[in-house]
Order: sequence, then C-alpha cells, then structure tokens
Amino acid sequence: MSAATISAPAAAAQDGRIGLRANLRHIGALARRNMLQIKQDPESMFDAVLMPIIFILLFTYVFGGSIAGKGHEKEYVNYLVPGLMAMTGMNIAMAVGTGVNDDFKKGVMDRFRTMPIARSSVLIAKIVVEVGRMLVATTILLAMGFAIGLTVSTSVAHLLAAVALSMTFGASLMWIFILLGLTMKTAQAVQGVAMIVLMPLQFGSSIFAPTSNMPGWLEGFTKYNPLSNLADAARHLINGGPVAHSVWMTLAWSVAITVVTAPLAVAKFRKRT
Amino acid sequence: MTRTDIHDRDGNAVHVRGLVKHFGATKALDGVDLDVREGTVLGVLGPNGAGKTTLVRCLSTLIRPDAGSARVAGYDVLRQPRQLRRAIGLTGQYASVDEKLSGTENLYMIGRLLDLSRKDARRRAEEMLERFSLTEAAKRPAMTYSGGMRRRLDLAASMIGQPAVLYLDEPTTGLDPRTRNEVWAEVQRMVSEGATVLLTTQYMEEAEQLADELTVIDRGRVIAGGGVDELKAKVGGRTLQIRPADRAELSRMAEEVSRAGLAGVAGATADEAEGVVNVPIVSDEQLTAVIGMLGGRGFAIAGISTHLPSLDEVFLAVTGQKTSTPAAAEQHTDELEEVAV
Repeated sequence: MSAATISAPAAAAQDGRIGLRANLRHIGALARRNMLQIKQDPESMFDAVLMPIIFILLFTYVFGGSIAGKGHEKEYVNYLVPGLMAMTGMNIAMAVGTGVNDDFKKGVMDRFRTMPIARSSVLIAKIVVEVGRMLVATTILLAMGFAIGLTVSTSVAHLLAAVALSMTFGASLMWIFILLGLTMKTAQAVQGVAMIVLMPLQFGSSIFAPTSNMPGWLEGFTKYNPLSNLADAARHLINGGPVAHSVWMTLAWSVAITVVTAPLAVAKFRKRT
Repeated sequence: MTRTDIHDRDGNAVHVRGLVKHFGATKALDGVDLDVREGTVLGVLGPNGAGKTTLVRCLSTLIRPDAGSARVAGYDVLRQPRQLRRAIGLTGQYASVDEKLSGTENLYMIGRLLDLSRKDARRRAEEMLERFSLTEAAKRPAMTYSGGMRRRLDLAASMIGQPAVLYLDEPTTGLDPRTRNEVWAEVQRMVSEGATVLLTTQYMEEAEQLADELTVIDRGRVIAGGGVDELKAKVGGRTLQIRPADRAELSRMAEEVSRAGLAGVAGATADEAEGVVNVPIVSDEQLTAVIGMLGGRGFAIAGISTHLPSLDEVFLAVTGQKTSTPAAAEQHTDELEEVAV
C-alpha cells in the first residue's frame, strides 16, 4: 500500500477540484445515507405523514365553519389546502434545522470534511432528501384534501405547478434552517428560535383566512409575507385566478433566500470546528 | 495522480514548522515543529489539552492554523487542501462512522465518496469488513457494535482510499485492553504495508508498542523528541538491579553500595519485595565499578540486570507532571470548544 500504488480515480483533476459528475455522485451517496437513516428510524417520518392529516382535519372542522359559514366547510377546503401546501414546506424545513444541528455534531461530519468532496454536497444531499419528505407530506395533504371535498377547477398541470412551486420555496427555506442549525448550539435552541419566527409568518398570512378582515397594518404585512405569496399562488393555480404576481413573488423570494443563505450555510459548515 | 514521491527531500511524509493555533487566549498550538519519515510511525505523546487533537485537526484541514507551515504527502496543508484530502485518512478519538448505517453501508458510502464505481465500492467494503473481522456484523447498524468494533469500522473507513498518510488520534482511548491489542495489531499491519502514521496518544505503552519515533508535546509546544530509546536515555541513566544470592544480605548490600563513594553513584535502595538492590547509574563504567566493588567485598551475586526508565518516568521528567486522567481530558476539550465557538 505504498503511495506509489495508489491509483487515483480519473475524476480527480490535478488541482483537486471536484468535477460536476463526481459532485453529483457524492450528493447521491450522501442522499442515500440520509435515506437509509430514515429507513433505520421510520418514526422520523411521522411529522411528514401525520402533520398534513391533523392540520387539514383540525382547520377544516374547527375553523372552517366560522370562516366560511356553517355548512360551508367544503368551500373552505379549497381555500385551506393551497395554504397548507405552503405551511408544509415551512414545517419540514424547521425539522431540517434541528436535524442538522444534531447530525453535524457527530464524528462522521469530520470524516466528510476530511474527504475529497465538495463540502456543499453534504448540505445539498440533505436538502434533496428533505424535499422528498416534503413531497410525501404534500401528496398526503392533497389525498386528504380530495377525500374531504377538494376540487381542482384548473388542470392537473396547474396542480403540479403549485406543488413544484411549494417545493422550490420549501427548498430555499431549508437553507435558512440549515444556517440556523449550524449556528446555534443546541437543537432545542434552533426549535425555539424557529417557533418565534414561524408563528407570526404562518398566521400573519393568507394561509388560514383571507386577509381582507385583518387590520390595515397586518394586511400590509401579509402582502410582503412570502408565505402569503406562495399560498395565493397555489390557490389561484388550483382554483383559477390571476397567478402571475404571486408566482413571480414566490420565485423571487426563493431565489433571494437561496442566494443569500446557501453560501453562508456552506461557509459556516466549512469553518465549523 | 499517481504519486511516487509523497515525501520531501529529507524523506519526510509529514513536515510541520512553527504551527500555531490559538483559541481566544488558549494557545492550543504554540509553534510546533515535527517530521514523520515516510513509512514510519511518529507517536505524539502528551497529556490532555497538550494540543494533540488540534494538531491532527490542522493537518487534516478541519481547522486552519493561525501561523506556520505544514506539508503532508507532498501537499501544502494551507494551499492545497483539496489534493491533500485525497492522500490522508483520519481516525479520531470518537468513531466517525454513521451509527444508523450498517458496516457495509458505511464503507460503501465512503467508497462512493472516493469515486469508486458501485461495483468496486461494494467489493472494497467487503474486503475491508473481512480484514477487520466485521463480516458477521456487516449488516447490522453500527450503533449495535461494541466500542472495539466501532473503532475497527472507523479504521476500515479510513483505509478504503488507501491513504498515504494516516492520522490516528488517540485510537484506543476508552477501549478495554483486549480490544486495544486488536487495534494495535491492525495499526502494525497497516504500517507493515507501507503507511505513514501520525499517532497521538496519552498511553506510554501504546507509543512504545507502535511508534518508531516520539514527539512529546505539552501546552502546545514540543518539549522532547527522538527515538524511544533515545528519549529514555535523554532523561538520564538506567537502573542497575543486583540480586544477591542470599536474600538476607539485601539491606547490607544496599548500604555498602551507598557508602562506597563510587564516582557518580548516589544512593542504592533495597527492594525487599523483589529481592533486589536498585542502583541508579549513568554509565557502563559505574556498572563495572559497583559489581567489582561488591565482588571484592565478598558478596555472592545471583544476577544483575539494567533497566531503562519507563515512558511514564520519561514523561514525568520532561513535563514535570504525571499523565492526567481521562476525566480531566474531557473537561479540557470542552473548554477548548467553548472558546472556539
């Protein structure tokens, strides 16, 4: 095993840079790790499976009558489900933050950071798998929705566009929570901060109720709340209506959040001692 | 990227000069110089908090030193970290494998991350599992492994890429003696196959077993270095043990040696339990003089032997302190992390 016998893989460039194909292979291997972890610990899927069911039932039957009028719960389902699509991404993203905080304390991260792989691939792999989890949650949400009266008045393509849009925004949120998870000392602290930020964003939005009955200052806030933008976009894609503004706003938010937080998260991961 | 020369002109696979790393006010490394010749094992010996782990983390690109230079396997640690990572393997104090994954899955993942094809990664994982006697446990999650099995899996993971230079950071800390022997045997095998190893340890026995040369560090500084025997000799002489034929003469023999006034021979002590007289000496002339004197005075001697001091004694002599306990170690590590954050 002398150094002379080490045959380096062809993928390795002389300057040690990681090529695109190698990078994708590394992300694949690391995503596989994250998936095997879920397989080993199926309980970690509970949130993705149960949350959408609980939320849709709770909101439809507890608040639906008050918001849409008694007996009009079914109409509320069509208002609520697109909103919950936006919320699902946020909740999954929050779990990413706490998971990352735990995971990155483990010795295996030291191994990854001493290996000839791009350090970003560890984070990207995590996001790939979490987007998959989000897709599971969204599918269950829609299935529940259809079971209690959700209708799509546009087309399947529009519905899929709504799903894709919420995935895109959810993935960008994950960078924020990864950054938070890498910055804070404990998973509990991450959860604490996340709740404080999330509650006003979730409820100060058009997710659960139309904003027209809110006081003016709050209505103003909801207009710039990306969760409102996403909820409105998904709502109009499913129920029909003008989509351009809300879709573009959501995409703009997604890009802006990713561009700012992804490099910060990677830098944080690189420097973490 | 087949490298035929991983060493510098002097034959060193690891070459460190003036390495400095501060965490706030704590000088974890305060100007460390060391060399590891290709194909040898350097034991870095030091108490907890001496800077051993910081040294390994600097040399494996996990943290950036504040000053100094280091070349490993022909690559500059600061300027060529990407190339360097292809040439090194690291096994830390805490097993760096994924606990939820099985032995096979862990090694397969490492193989894929090292750009092996799926088939080669599978094959290599199996090879390594067999070599490290983990084939039976291959399908179980690593969290069900014993401490020794985990450490072996960790070593296997480090060996997948056949690194030219291997860092072993306290590889047997927390292991029972039997498991420790297993790990030692593996390390010796790696070295016999040509690996260059930088081993940190606080166990003197471990350094003596595995290392060709030693560097003793304390408070971030190198305080002694050299071959194992060389270092012992540096600390000062040997102990001459004389076994009288008649055990009853033990204390009288010790007194005679002490009072004889031989040059450089200070006090002799009688060890009743062992039935020997211990005489500290620094030269062969003194040995001859002591034995000659005793023979001249009619003592019957059943046996003599000389002993180099143990590494514990070496350590005490060069650092002025006894090796610290593991509990103190963890505390210190915590402190460092606190400061580092």
